[in-house]
Amino acid sequence: MSLTVKNKDTIKSFWAKVAPRAEEIGTDALSRMLVVYPQTKTYFSHWKDLSPGSAPVRKHGKTVMSGVAEAVSKIDDLTNGLLTLSELHAFQLRVDPANFKILSHNLLVVLAIQFPDDFTPEVHVAMDKFLSALALALSEKYR
Amino acid sequence: MVEWTDAERSAITGLWGKISVDEIGPQALSRLLIVAPWTQRHFASFGNLSSPAAIMGNPKVAAHGKTVMGGLDRAVKNLDNIKAAYAGLSVMHSEKLHVDPDNFRLLSDCITVCVAMKFGPSCFSPDVQEAWQKFLAVVASALSRQYH
Repeated sequence: MSLTVKNKDTIKSFWAKVAPRAEEIGTDALSRMLVVYPQTKTYFSHWKDLSPGSAPVRKHGKTVMSGVAEAVSKIDDLTNGLLTLSELHAFQLRVDPANFKILSHNLLVVLAIQFPDDFTPEVHVAMDKFLSALALALSEKYR
Repeated sequence: MVEWTDAERSAITGLWGKISVDEIGPQALSRLLIVAPWTQRHFASFGNLSSPAAIMGNPKVAAHGKTVMGGLDRAVKNLDNIKAAYAGLSVMHSEKLHVDPDNFRLLSDCITVCVAMKFGPSCFSPDVQEAWQKFLAVVASALSRQYH
C-alpha cells in the first residue's frame, strides 16, 4: 500500500495547513490517546501529570509532531529518512509498535475535528496511508 | 458483562441523541469504502464505486449507510445486554454476509471520525471519545461473537 504521487501531493498540501497548529494537534492527539487507550500510559510513568493538556503532554505533543513533520519532508524515502528515529524507538524507548496504530488513529480524529472542511475522504485515506508508512519505517530497526 | 460508568452511559446516550443517522450513516459508510477500498468486496451489486465522488453520490451506499448506522440504536437501547441483543445479527454477518470481523473495527473508526468532525472538540471531548469508542468496541465484539 505505497504512497502514490497523488497521495504525496495531497499530504504535502494538507500538511501546510496542519503545520501552524502542530503543537495543539499533537497535544490533543496524545491527550486523547492517554484517555481512550489507558494502556499507553505505561510509557509515561515518569511524568507527574498525564491529564489532557498538561505540561508534559503538551511538550511531548510538540516533539511527536516535529517527528511527523520530518517524515513529511522525507516522504519519498521514509525508511532511510527515519533510521535514527527508528533506532531511538527500537533500542531506547522500546515502544510496542502496536501503539503506533493507536496514536495514528487519534491523530486522524484530531485532524478531523480541527479541519472539518478539509479532511475529506481523499485526504483521510492519504493521511492514513502516510501514517501507516511512517509507523512501518519507525519499526524498521526493531528486529 | 460490560460495566458502564454513569458518565459513560450519559456520554453515549447524549451523543446518540444528537446524531442524525441519515447524515452520519452515509458519510461513515462512504468513508469506509474510500479509506479501506477492500471493503467494497461486499457491495458488488451497488453500481458505480469507481471513485470517491461516485461512492459519495451513490444512492445505494447512502441507503445502506442509514441501515447500518440505524442498527446501533438497538445497542444504545440495550446497553446492559448488547451481546444478546446482537446474537441474530452476528449469525447473519457470519453465515450469510461472510464479513471479516476486522471490518467492524474499520467501520467503527470511520464512524468515530465522522462524529468527531460533526461535533467538534468541546462536545466530542477525550472522555466522550473514550465512552463512544468503548461502546463501538462492545458492539463490534457482540457482532463477532457468533462466528465459528
